[in-house]
Amino acid sequence: MVGKHKRAVKILLFFLLLAGGFFAGFPVLWMFISSLKTNAQIFAWPPTFIDSSFSLHAYAEILTNAEKVRYFINSYFVAAVVVVLTLVIGILAAYAFSRFDFPLKGAINAVIVSVQAVPPIVLLIPYMSLIVTLKLFNTYFALILTYLVFTLPYCILMITGYFNTLSVDLDEAVMIDGGSRWKALWRILVPVSLPGLVSVGMYTFMQAWNEYMFALALTKTNNMRTVPIGINLLMGQHSYDWSQMMAMSFLGSLPVLLLFIFFQRYFIAGMTSGAVKG
Amino acid sequence: MKKGSKLRKKAAPYLFLSPTLILMIVLLVIPICLVLKYSFQDNAIVVKAPEFVGFENYEKILGDEDFWNAAKNTVFFVVVSVVAHLVLGMCFALLLNTDYFGTRTKTIARVIYVLPWVFTASVIAILWKLMLQPHGIVDYLLSFVNLATKDTEWLSSRQTALATITFVNIWCGYPFYMISILAGLQGISADLFESAALDGANTWKTFWNITIPQLKPILISIAMLDFIWTIQSFSVIWMLTGGGPVKSTETLSIYIYKLAFNRTQYAHASTAAVIVLAVCIIIAVFYVKQQRKVRE
Repeated sequence: MVGKHKRAVKILLFFLLLAGGFFAGFPVLWMFISSLKTNAQIFAWPPTFIDSSFSLHAYAEILTNAEKVRYFINSYFVAAVVVVLTLVIGILAAYAFSRFDFPLKGAINAVIVSVQAVPPIVLLIPYMSLIVTLKLFNTYFALILTYLVFTLPYCILMITGYFNTLSVDLDEAVMIDGGSRWKALWRILVPVSLPGLVSVGMYTFMQAWNEYMFALALTKTNNMRTVPIGINLLMGQHSYDWSQMMAMSFLGSLPVLLLFIFFQRYFIAGMTSGAVKG
Repeated sequence: MKKGSKLRKKAAPYLFLSPTLILMIVLLVIPICLVLKYSFQDNAIVVKAPEFVGFENYEKILGDEDFWNAAKNTVFFVVVSVVAHLVLGMCFALLLNTDYFGTRTKTIARVIYVLPWVFTASVIAILWKLMLQPHGIVDYLLSFVNLATKDTEWLSSRQTALATITFVNIWCGYPFYMISILAGLQGISADLFESAALDGANTWKTFWNITIPQLKPILISIAMLDFIWTIQSFSVIWMLTGGGPVKSTETLSIYIYKLAFNRTQYAHASTAAVIVLAVCIIIAVFYVKQQRKVRE
């Protein structure tokens, strides 16, 4: 009797699990399927999964188009520079927070934490005039600088957390041997916290790769546009060539998707730390 | 010599912090001061020497019908999103935490369930735009349960547009809750559940008397963070509807963006931005207080 009940519950839960999977995964699957069809077939009624129009034409079209390839190069470049700068600046700041006590520590920490509460749209208006004044409008620099404001706080908080778990004895051992704090940081602390740094780096890459609003407002010409803007531009350009838009979306999501699938443990650790540890 | 080294010791943390400090001052503190200044000026940015006008801009924005329309849409969008995220995130987390499935099934399910969170706003927007087209897949699937016909236009009808963008936002936002709640569930001591079972409590009672109280601090934290994030959301709405049709999906972010970049009324846009910032700061203060309580 009890066994039967348990089995019924299991079947019910499995059905729910499938329904949830459909809700979360079907749109993604549909994106991929649509990228392989012609425009006419995408709106066939009733819809089909794979049909006679199957081709990789949309992908070939994008990868041979210099303008669209440029979007990808821009995105990789901006994201890579943002990751490196975020990590270097973040490591330095985290070292200060973890190893020193100084008068303004609390205040500076509060400013860094509060960035999360500042809506990007509030900063966008002054950035417009600031970036134009600094003559950085429509350059990689404009994007890199503004992204740092949003990637740094998370990075600093996470790395400070890692450093706090490492004993001060490690630094002191280096300094007794006549080494500097600088040496202790880069030779000992950084190598030891490498797994944590990888996780922060990936999260930063994802933030930079996915950013849309600043890229929209602070760049103007196609040779500076990033992938999210490129995808959006396709909407008007070709009177809705859906298979190309889906192919571009799939290609644009691929780097983050692969990072996520191979390193999901790191990602999930990063996602939860904010809410659970605070 | 001695004095010099003492000074150096005192300056050391600030040296390590200097790149961060410079960035935060130039790109956070100064811009916020600027936006505050613009909000008290007439024709800020557009003219060379704008006039100081006191609270005139605030009076104008707070008397603007469109502002209140945007505020109303934002409240609907945010409240429905946060509640739905919470419920969905909780259901999926509980589902992934049951003993009924094997580890492999759960790992695969977890990857699929987190997927919506991985995509960038423009991919989410374009993907849902395709699916929500008339003759699209959503119309097809819903036609079986008589909720749609072949020609239902979800995004270009005033009656359905706001609910539709809220739904898309729900789709891409719940994974954050799910993962946080899952981590919280795994942190609840098994003893609590065992003693509840010994007392003869059923699943429902255990959920309300043990699971929910144990998760409460996490739930409040993520809901507050989500509140702040959702008030700020811009990209997906901008790309799906641009605020239309007839302002029916215009949220505060869209309203501010349009004022600033379509109509170049930077002063008014700044004023509205300051109001939104104030709301976010109030929520953030509660969030920080909540975090302190959790730690104690």
